[in-house]
Amino acid sequence: MKSRTREEERRLAAFFRGEIARLATRPVRLMEVCGTHTVAIFKAGIRQLLPPEVELVSGPGCPVCVTPNEYLDTAVAYSRQQGVIITTFGDMLRVPGSSSSLAAEQATGADIRIVYSPLDSLAIAAANPAKKVIFLAVGFETTAPTAAATVLAAEQAGLTNFYVLSAHKLVPPALRALLTAGEVQVDGLLLPGHVSAIIGEEPYRFLAREYGVPAVITGFEPLDILGAVYLLVKRIAAGEAALDNEYRRVVPPAGNPAAVAVLDKVYGEADAAWRGIGVIPASGLAVKAAYRRFDALAALPVTVEETKDHPGCRCGEVLRGVARPADCPLFGAACTPERPVGSCMVSVEGTCAAWYKYGAGRWQV
Amino acid sequence: MCLAVPAKIVDRIDMMATVEVSGVTRQVSLMLLPGAKVGEYVLIHAGFAIQTVDEEEAKRTLELFEEMAAHEE
Ligand code: SF4
Repeated sequence: MKSRTREEERRLAAFFRGEIARLATRPVRLMEVCGTHTVAIFKAGIRQLLPPEVELVSGPGCPVCVTPNEYLDTAVAYSRQQGVIITTFGDMLRVPGSSSSLAAEQATGADIRIVYSPLDSLAIAAANPAKKVIFLAVGFETTAPTAAATVLAAEQAGLTNFYVLSAHKLVPPALRALLTAGEVQVDGLLLPGHVSAIIGEEPYRFLAREYGVPAVITGFEPLDILGAVYLLVKRIAAGEAALDNEYRRVVPPAGNPAAVAVLDKVYGEADAAWRGIGVIPASGLAVKAAYRRFDALAALPVTVEETKDHPGCRCGEVLRGVARPADCPLFGAACTPERPVGSCMVSVEGTCAAWYKYGAGRWQV
Repeated sequence: MCLAVPAKIVDRIDMMATVEVSGVTRQVSLMLLPGAKVGEYVLIHAGFAIQTVDEEEAKRTLELFEEMAAHEE
């Protein structure tokens, strides 16, 4: 799939850098919303390539990081029930809840299995008819349709022992909440490419229209990101607010209507709690009434411990872009990827983990 | 978690496709991309093809930027 030669890449990168330096005549703060972008930015050393006027801050775009303790406490409570098998993506395992984590429960005998695809849960459910299989359905618009499709596949297969525990979240309402709060000044937004592959361009139009903030849908190669920063800086210099789509090769303007239709069939919008942000109206997904028998919370009673947050952890502020990981007194000392205190250090896409692994570059304090 | 990788569809039976990612083959569901065809590049996420990768569009973006770069030089 490589369509660019090294020479072309080098020339384009030089062009983007030169133009960014020329156009950034005042300090601007650009937020990369998506955790996958955060990691790509650190890996490629993009921050160091930018002039001091251009600051990149990370936003609330790591689904594991924004999942609140209460959800983990609920998953832990289910995992302690007799005859329950929890299936989950690997990155949920070590996220600390109020007093335990799925990894800790697994070590003491809970049946918790890591799956690569939610569909894998169906094979597990079919092989264990006497047990209840609960899939931890976490993720943004990229992942939610895969969980929805799995519910439809479970229905088709006639499975009666498969459930989802939904903590799916939606990106545009979170952006609206951040911009409305105005806590962090954002001059431009780098929008998540793979979320956009599903939802397309339309759901982001309000950013420019209502908030006057330019935004670019972009991919994950260093050149994509540099190109997106260039487009933003160019818009800002011209005093324009508009939505650009740098990632057309993967994101058609209409997104993926088939995936959206599957999603809409199974899930409906619901208020959702975000770690560090609180409840955002219509920012999450709940299983629709017609599929309630697949909804763990509706179908399986559970008693959950009282939620406690970790004293000292500043994940909430990091997720809102108002604190940097280095501002947290626990960063790199009491909190490391090996012994994480907060979710932002657990997930490989978390901002704290990225700072720890790749260094903070010239933002190091 | 939202990362998806491009892969080439080498075979398709009903709603399941065999895709090739850097020499390794895998089975993925086409429930979210029912129109995908053998020979196309698609984006794979959590066991599902979620979008087609448009090579023509990739070239167009590149050409556009190349033109700008050439113009500036
Ligand atoms: S360094 Fe650890 S404790 Fe501090 S904000 Fe990040 S995850 Fe939370």
